[in-house]
Amino acid sequence: MIIAKQSDIPSSEITSRDDYFRYLSRRKFLKGAAAAGAATAAAARLAPFVSPRGVFAGTKLPTVPSPLTTTGEQLTTFEDITHYNNFYEFGVDKSDPAKNAGGLPTRPWTVSVEGLVTKPLTFDIDALLKLRPLEERVYRHRCVEAWSMVIPWVGYSLSEFIKECQPLSTAKYVQFLSYYDRHVEKWAGESTIFWPYSEGLRMDEAMNPLALLTFGLYGETLPNQDGAPVRVVLPWKYGFKSAKSIVKVRFVAKQPPTTWNDMAPQEYGFYSNVNPNVDHPRWSQKTERRIGLAFYAQRRATLMFNGYTDQVASLYTGMNLGKYY
Amino acid sequence: MKRSTLIILKSLTWIACLWLAARLAWGAVTNNLGPDPTAEIAFSTGLATLYLLTITLAITPLRRLFPRLNWLIEFRRLLGLFAFFYATLHMLTYVALYSGFSLAAMESDIAKRRFITMGVAAYLLLVPLALTSTTWAIRKLGGKNWNWLHRLIYVAVICGVIHYWWQVKPGVLTPITITVIVAGLLLARPVIRFAQRPRRAEAPAQAGD
Repeated sequence: MIIAKQSDIPSSEITSRDDYFRYLSRRKFLKGAAAAGAATAAAARLAPFVSPRGVFAGTKLPTVPSPLTTTGEQLTTFEDITHYNNFYEFGVDKSDPAKNAGGLPTRPWTVSVEGLVTKPLTFDIDALLKLRPLEERVYRHRCVEAWSMVIPWVGYSLSEFIKECQPLSTAKYVQFLSYYDRHVEKWAGESTIFWPYSEGLRMDEAMNPLALLTFGLYGETLPNQDGAPVRVVLPWKYGFKSAKSIVKVRFVAKQPPTTWNDMAPQEYGFYSNVNPNVDHPRWSQKTERRIGLAFYAQRRATLMFNGYTDQVASLYTGMNLGKYY
Repeated sequence: MKRSTLIILKSLTWIACLWLAARLAWGAVTNNLGPDPTAEIAFSTGLATLYLLTITLAITPLRRLFPRLNWLIEFRRLLGLFAFFYATLHMLTYVALYSGFSLAAMESDIAKRRFITMGVAAYLLLVPLALTSTTWAIRKLGGKNWNWLHRLIYVAVICGVIHYWWQVKPGVLTPITITVIVAGLLLARPVIRFAQRPRRAEAPAQAGD
């Protein structure tokens, strides 16, 4: 549980009732009009005391707006973002992480930096939260399974963090390792994956301003099932590249092993850029299903680089994206 | 069993089998199928198909082991046709919601994605079984031919289980339970037949033999 000091949260930051209704998804709770009326009245009265996640309130994070935010998209509801997750350490069903991730210990939490750096470092999570101003960035999130969301993340560019790490010029790649504890993540054996979860980027990808070192969503600290307390978000890549609950960052000279590439290299490449022209072996990537919409409205065309071509295409000029998928 | 009991049991079976379709229809109309309604419809109908096929496969072994359950045969066609019903819904979900009725998309899928090829194969195998499920067809084909044709159900259910394995991510083990059950039911037949094979008396007639 995150314990915030009273002085950290000015009363002006308490979620306004309008915001509460914007975030609260009623679909799950309300079964009929009568129930809707009663629950709405009750919720209105509770609003000042209860955040979108109900009893397990996260800490409000002070954010500034960001020029790198995505506009023109309807946000996915907090309810859907926090109840439809792939976090296999907590079970392989989409609803498992919300049920099982309660035991993830988000304090104390450190991120250790090692490998090709000036000197190895350890960052406390609370120090990381204060390293740079926290921005609210809306990003599209495209899973390799061909569903997508639009999520208002909170964080700052990964490049800012990397600057603090002082990597050597010999560092060509950065690797992320996620938290793993088989006593806490008792469901990890439901799949044959080797833990801890590993992901990685080429240095220039990691330094792209779009890459986000992420601490929150919807203006509050990340719920456990979404990768608390710190993760990366790489909106132009398939979602599994956006490693969750990071404990270690390594700067290395060669392309690091990454979990899904190890599991099925013919399906999951190191780059895994969103690309409607490169099919997954088991399904086409030309279309995707937007989460939260009615069944007839979900299907839509997938965009090259998930719509972030302007910001990231230059990273891949001359690269055969069919070969380096 | 009494005719009235049979009618009651069959009615309950109809209700139980239609329950999922009703829930999906209501959920689709009220947008109450969770965050990814398309996937939810596909998964539920796919699992329903597999579970119903499995139940139909259990009927013969149960009847051979427990002759008092002979009446189960009255339910096999009903359950088999409901399996085909859900298989059809599952297939239509793919055609309408995943492919958007695009023939080009479907052709590409069937050619390139092996789990879809396997799914199409499984479905096509069920079609002649559904078409020949009527009493008229049994009579026209004759018992021997009809039985031979309907052995295709073994191939169809194996294709269905493989379709499930090829759909999940490498490393995910969710289909294991249904695989073990189906394997058990398929193996049960030869095992029971062997165990119940007619034997010549090895000793002079024994009382009650």
